[in-house]
Amino acid sequence: MTNPTTPLGEFAEQVRSKNAGPFWITLDIFLRTEDDYEWLRNAGAITAATISALYLVPAEDIQIFEMATLCAIKISFPRPVTAGSLEDRDQHAGQQYLPLAQLEIPVQPVHS
Amino acid sequence: MSGTPVKVIFPSGMLGSGFDAATVPRGIDLGATAIAIDAGSTDSGPFYLGADQAKSARAAIKRDLRLLLTAARGANIPLVVGSCGTSGTDRGVDWAAEIVEEISAEQGLSFTLARVYSEQSADELTAALRAGRIHALPPAGDLDEETLQRCEHIVGLMGAEPMMAALTGGADVVLAGRASDTSMVAALALINELPAGPAWHAAKTVECGDQCTTNPRGGGVLVEIDEHGFTVAPLDPETSCTPASVAAHMLYENANPFRLLEPSGALDTSSATYTALDDRTVRVEGSRFEQAPHRTIKLEGSASTGYETMSFVGIADPAVLADLDRWLARLEEMTARRVYDSLGIDAGQYMIHLRCYGNDAVLGALQRPSEAPREVGVMMRVRAQTQEDATAIAKTANPLLLHLPLDGALHLPSFAFATSPAETDRGATYEFVLNHIIDIDDPLDLFRIKFSEVRHD
Repeated sequence: MTNPTTPLGEFAEQVRSKNAGPFWITLDIFLRTEDDYEWLRNAGAITAATISALYLVPAEDIQIFEMATLCAIKISFPRPVTAGSLEDRDQHAGQQYLPLAQLEIPVQPVHS
Repeated sequence: MSGTPVKVIFPSGMLGSGFDAATVPRGIDLGATAIAIDAGSTDSGPFYLGADQAKSARAAIKRDLRLLLTAARGANIPLVVGSCGTSGTDRGVDWAAEIVEEISAEQGLSFTLARVYSEQSADELTAALRAGRIHALPPAGDLDEETLQRCEHIVGLMGAEPMMAALTGGADVVLAGRASDTSMVAALALINELPAGPAWHAAKTVECGDQCTTNPRGGGVLVEIDEHGFTVAPLDPETSCTPASVAAHMLYENANPFRLLEPSGALDTSSATYTALDDRTVRVEGSRFEQAPHRTIKLEGSASTGYETMSFVGIADPAVLADLDRWLARLEEMTARRVYDSLGIDAGQYMIHLRCYGNDAVLGALQRPSEAPREVGVMMRVRAQTQEDATAIAKTANPLLLHLPLDGALHLPSFAFATSPAETDRGATYEFVLNHIIDIDDPLDLFRIKFSEVRHD
């Protein structure tokens, strides 16, 4: 039997993406509670390897920041194509959160 | 002036985007000592710097500037505008000054104006490159001279010092070229010899106006900076600053949430504390600023990439949509063949980029596999060395976008062009090619200040 999972976008309060200048993209995950934040950190779902697989970028270029006081995790990496170039599909990178929001993460057991 | 607190109105994230007219008078009533606003960004792409054009409409800029200028002059407090003309070119600064002059004549205002220019010459930067004074920022590689010479315009991203020099030189209104989003508010605090930690952190917090509030809808914020920290509250009475909304803004458009790099050093917010003073006001203390051992200025440059023409056609035919990748491959192949046969233009001389809105236009290869879409809009962007070629190639592709059948189809389809003509010339196009910093000895190196008196009594 496989363990139940849920999309990160439903588990988190918000998952968002944006340019950090024309050469970088940054993703933010805001969790609802400290419990959820700790659960996600310990689930091993947000790693350079998982982000590399989702966004097709080299794992060694990925930076991950944990902000316990905000219950937030930030992920930044160089943009595969520069903002506004011919191949760029999303000028402000505002829709690029979706692969991360669709990432299936383990469901936290309900405390009885 | 030493240590005297400042209270700055930051009315919105972008001059020309509009803000509630009641915002600024509210801030003045609350004892504001200055008004600051950002008029530019690289976020909307390389066109504005490359073509030296503003993103916002002139009338919208004038509307916002009129509210700010009349309020600032009425209260006799400084107004500082950064990144004039969107990209901060010299012409962008002069364009803003022309609008300020117009408003001043209409309103009967008199004051000292300072323009701070930030545009750079490729030749001088080439000399600096040869001297080893230009360095790459990740992910950029080493700069070469040809890239500098390709740039239509290059600007240096100023920190606080050039605007401080303008203010201490007697300016009531400062119109700056390209400036970091934070530098206007930081300059207003630093001329009062307030500590750099609170100055830069406060500036980062308010750089997008009420984005640091719980309900951003265009009302602006008021930030007070003192010797120990800063206090921020919205100017819209219907919204609030909370510790979370204020702390979260360090994440916005910033790769590292604890460090913000400026020309003179780095803001470090890892020890900052955020405290609610009431249900809409937040106090922040503990922000630190590490002075850099030597100063650097970030360069932004936009180079021409040729000319473009864009076509857009809609497809609802289920058979084509079920086999869309094959249809697109055929479209590319047939277009290349016809462009060569009819125009004599070789495939190496132009680029075509196809994307299907309704299928994977936004996420591309990151999109999940799915059932065939109900409809797609196929956008074709053609880029060539001249507008004439780009237009001719798009026109040559037109019959294919209209009628190209799937291989083996029995009938000739006609797809749904969105417009007549189906092609739109996009003119010259650009790309950002600089992600580099230059070493400077003096904070005013690279920048030029010009004072003038505006007199309309």
